[in-house]
Amino acid sequence: MKNKLLPFLIILSSLIFIIRLFWVQIINIDDVKLSNKNSVEKVYNYPERGYIFDRNNKLIVGNEPFYDLMIVPSEIKLTDTLEFCKILKIDKKVLIEKIKKAKNYSTIKPSVFLSQISKKDYAVIQEKLWKYKGFSVRKKSNRNYILNSASNILGYISEVNDYEVRDNSYYESGELIGRQGIEKSYENKLRGIKGVSYFQKDNFNRITGPYKEGIYDTLFQKAKNINLTIDSDLQVYGDSLMINKFGSIIAIEPESGEILSLINAPNFDPNLLIGRDRSKNYIKLKNDTIGKPLFDRGLQGMYPPGSTFKLINGLIALEENVISPQTKIACNEGHFYSKNRFMKCHCKPGTINDLNSAIYTSCNTYFATIYKNTLEKFDDSKTGMNKWNEHVKTFGLGNYLGYDHPLGQPGLIPDSKYYDRWYPNNRWRAVTTISNGIGQGEILTTPIQLGNIAATIANRGWYKTPHFVKTITNDSIKLKYRQKKYSSINKKHFENIIEGMYDVIEKGTAQNSKIKDIKIVGKTGTAENFIKINGVRKQLTDHSIFIGFAPKDNPEIAIAVFIENGYWGTRWAAPIASLMMEKYLNKKVERKYLEKYILSGNLINEYLKPYTKTNFKINE
Amino acid sequence: MNNDVNIRKIDWTSVMILFVLVMLGLGNIYSSSQAYLLDSIFTMNSFSKQLFFAIASIFIFLFVQILPYSFFTKYASILYLLSIISLIGLFLFGSEINGALAWYQFGGFSLQPSEFAKPFTALALAKYLSDINSNIKTIKTQFYSFLIILIPIILIILQPDPGTIIIFLSFFLVFYKIGLPSIYMNFFIGFIVLFFATILLSPNYVMIFLTFLTLLLLYFLKKKSYYIKKILVYTTVFSVFIYSVDFIFNNVFEQRHRDRFNIVMGLEEDYRGSGYNTNQSRIAFASGGMFGEGFLKGSQTRGNFVPEQHTDYIFSTVGEEWGFLGASSIIILFTFLMLRISKRAELQRNLFSKIYSYSTVTIIFTHFFINIGMVIGLVPTIGIPLPFLSYGGSSLMAFVLLFSIYIKLDSQRTSRW
Repeated sequence: MKNKLLPFLIILSSLIFIIRLFWVQIINIDDVKLSNKNSVEKVYNYPERGYIFDRNNKLIVGNEPFYDLMIVPSEIKLTDTLEFCKILKIDKKVLIEKIKKAKNYSTIKPSVFLSQISKKDYAVIQEKLWKYKGFSVRKKSNRNYILNSASNILGYISEVNDYEVRDNSYYESGELIGRQGIEKSYENKLRGIKGVSYFQKDNFNRITGPYKEGIYDTLFQKAKNINLTIDSDLQVYGDSLMINKFGSIIAIEPESGEILSLINAPNFDPNLLIGRDRSKNYIKLKNDTIGKPLFDRGLQGMYPPGSTFKLINGLIALEENVISPQTKIACNEGHFYSKNRFMKCHCKPGTINDLNSAIYTSCNTYFATIYKNTLEKFDDSKTGMNKWNEHVKTFGLGNYLGYDHPLGQPGLIPDSKYYDRWYPNNRWRAVTTISNGIGQGEILTTPIQLGNIAATIANRGWYKTPHFVKTITNDSIKLKYRQKKYSSINKKHFENIIEGMYDVIEKGTAQNSKIKDIKIVGKTGTAENFIKINGVRKQLTDHSIFIGFAPKDNPEIAIAVFIENGYWGTRWAAPIASLMMEKYLNKKVERKYLEKYILSGNLINEYLKPYTKTNFKINE
Repeated sequence: MNNDVNIRKIDWTSVMILFVLVMLGLGNIYSSSQAYLLDSIFTMNSFSKQLFFAIASIFIFLFVQILPYSFFTKYASILYLLSIISLIGLFLFGSEINGALAWYQFGGFSLQPSEFAKPFTALALAKYLSDINSNIKTIKTQFYSFLIILIPIILIILQPDPGTIIIFLSFFLVFYKIGLPSIYMNFFIGFIVLFFATILLSPNYVMIFLTFLTLLLLYFLKKKSYYIKKILVYTTVFSVFIYSVDFIFNNVFEQRHRDRFNIVMGLEEDYRGSGYNTNQSRIAFASGGMFGEGFLKGSQTRGNFVPEQHTDYIFSTVGEEWGFLGASSIIILFTFLMLRISKRAELQRNLFSKIYSYSTVTIIFTHFFINIGMVIGLVPTIGIPLPFLSYGGSSLMAFVLLFSIYIKLDSQRTSRW
């Protein structure tokens, strides 16, 4: 042992050293890549972020340069302090303080001396800067939202967070990323690809030349510009109509599935979410818990569709041969749908409706009955329910629509399993779900899904997935936005429904929404809704809904309007939809009386009701 | 005296390895001082100074070879005394570099006497222990041998230079090798562990742990009175040790000594942040990869990122520029050299030469182990050079001297029998 100790120690430690070398030099080198070597400085060259235009090539999002004045304290030579203070618009005291602060950070590394200098001030500084050694200007760029609207569609950009840096090898901290909306879903197109140059540095952090003659350097790839499908005039007009109302307008070009406008009310200025006050403004918006401006009602709000859903039930009943257009059903201010259960309707006693009059009078009895008959056509209500569910889903309901915006909700279209959970052991049948017949009950849809129903009916049976981006520079939009998706309903049945919808405007529930010389069709909806206040379920004023399209025979615009707690569909949603149609089709609005009525309409008191301590009245 | 020189008996293989190592050292010092941003006159000096010392080393080697064999046995004690005097002289004439009072300066050159104390202490020990009256198993011999290494250790503690202290402590391996009872080894290892534990933690914690351990052992071995006595002796000695380390550290040492120790032990952060050297060196190794970035092409080396790279961290230059293959080659060269010396020491029949040869391997091995271990991040940062490769005139010449004496003694192996 004593004789062998030293040779043993020598061989053992050499072996350990060689194994360790193998480990540090060959195997475990991931964490010491090129970018981590502090002898190498990585400098990125960023392409300018892509511009966003509307469908008519009007620029709505651009970029605005701003400048940071950088300082390297060790190189400072101040030839004329007075002049320098004057061009920077700062006191001498501030100047000394700032230099001291920079020195504390580092004497040889550049740090920000003055940040966010505007273009105008920059011009003055730039002219004189050569005189002052140790100062340089770093150009940065920020978003400039020219259109003071559509913040919900555009989204915003902000610095990447730690998770994104960790999960996505492209980003490094301090870089900008699309945070919401189009900025997020088209991030890869809008940002381009940054270029990188490597420089050899010494231990004083000074760059001494390109690293390995620049063999690892890459050029940046230009960002792509985007044309939205949005019509900015229509978007802004929609914003104005929605003042003092909460809700959403969605307009789609039926032929292409292009979203002409998506208005979310209340709205906010997209410029609030850029620049130095971004986080402060964000918190303010977040704290508006009544208006919830960050909540996109058009994409995220799930509401009962109300009477607008009767159109779907009518189409399914026709397709399943449960009714013909001539089928007549009597209504006596409602009907008993089972022994002791009565559903009210606003039809006068003794009314007999066929499909057409049922649509334009929005008869509950008619549609509840045909819904029940559709389900009962099959051997058991389970099969019927699932068949009905299949039909409904082909309209893009009950699931995410697949548009190119990160926000969304699936809505809800119940099937037999859904009811089995609530009523196990076959304790439910068609009548249990009767409210679905009139668009109440369990059905939930988002306004964009309602807009898509309008587009599908306008197209007589098909739709293209709604989308926000029309063209991308040197690139094409996804195939799925160019393909027709057919509903399960035969084309011939749509005309009957559309006739009824036409009469809704001509002699039915929405006569106030007529436009001279344009045949518009539509359907009003009034949806009951409830909230819980301190655990007590309370009914609120009905939602005012309208879906429709125009012109009747050659549709150019399909629309869905959703006004929270607006009561009758006729009261707010229908006139707003018709004004939007007029604005889009005629480029101007002649019905000033109607426009004035909508513009001055104010529902804020309605929205405050649940927050008052006292009991409140609804549906006034 | 000429019949003492026997060219054919010289271990030319070892000499060649040494030559290669010194040449590699020169090449890497050239590269790591090529950082083109430092003052170029100053940096060129590092290399040319080392070149000068390397040439001087050749003369040292030749000079040692022509000396008569008896010179070393005769003058061992005097050389030892001279080196002790030079260490004491530091407190009068020395100058402080990097916080240690370890240098004499003459014009542009500086000399570190503690480097030369290594071979001379080895000579003195060999001389004393090979004496017919010495027996390492007796207390008297043990006392004097410990004294021989203790005197330089105390003088170096006062500089302070922790790395060199460890080198002198490594002579215990030599004692052990030639028959020191293992109880000393136990104390020796115990002292080292307790020394670090006491400084890193606090003496009271270490004491509590020691008491606990003692009680535990007493409980399990209560039936065997022989062990109980032994355990109590160990515990008493260790307790005294713990508190004297604490006392010496806090009362005898000055603040600058403590600071230096704390920095070495990693208790206090260097101004560049803890582990900066180790981390930089780590990056240099990783960027070397299998084949290295090539001579004069190491990016960390060029950027001069590894502090002390041409001295203690020279091995990281090897790692970056010559890669895994280059670095392991150097380890293999060292291993081969050390094994060769220790094997020839076994064959040595002259006790003086044998003990000296053991000391040579032990000194080289301790440097090798601590330096490379530190550079590749296995051993805490302790500043000692890599033999033959690191920049530093004193260290290079002292190692060559150590080695030359070994070669001289080795070449006389059978001629005297």
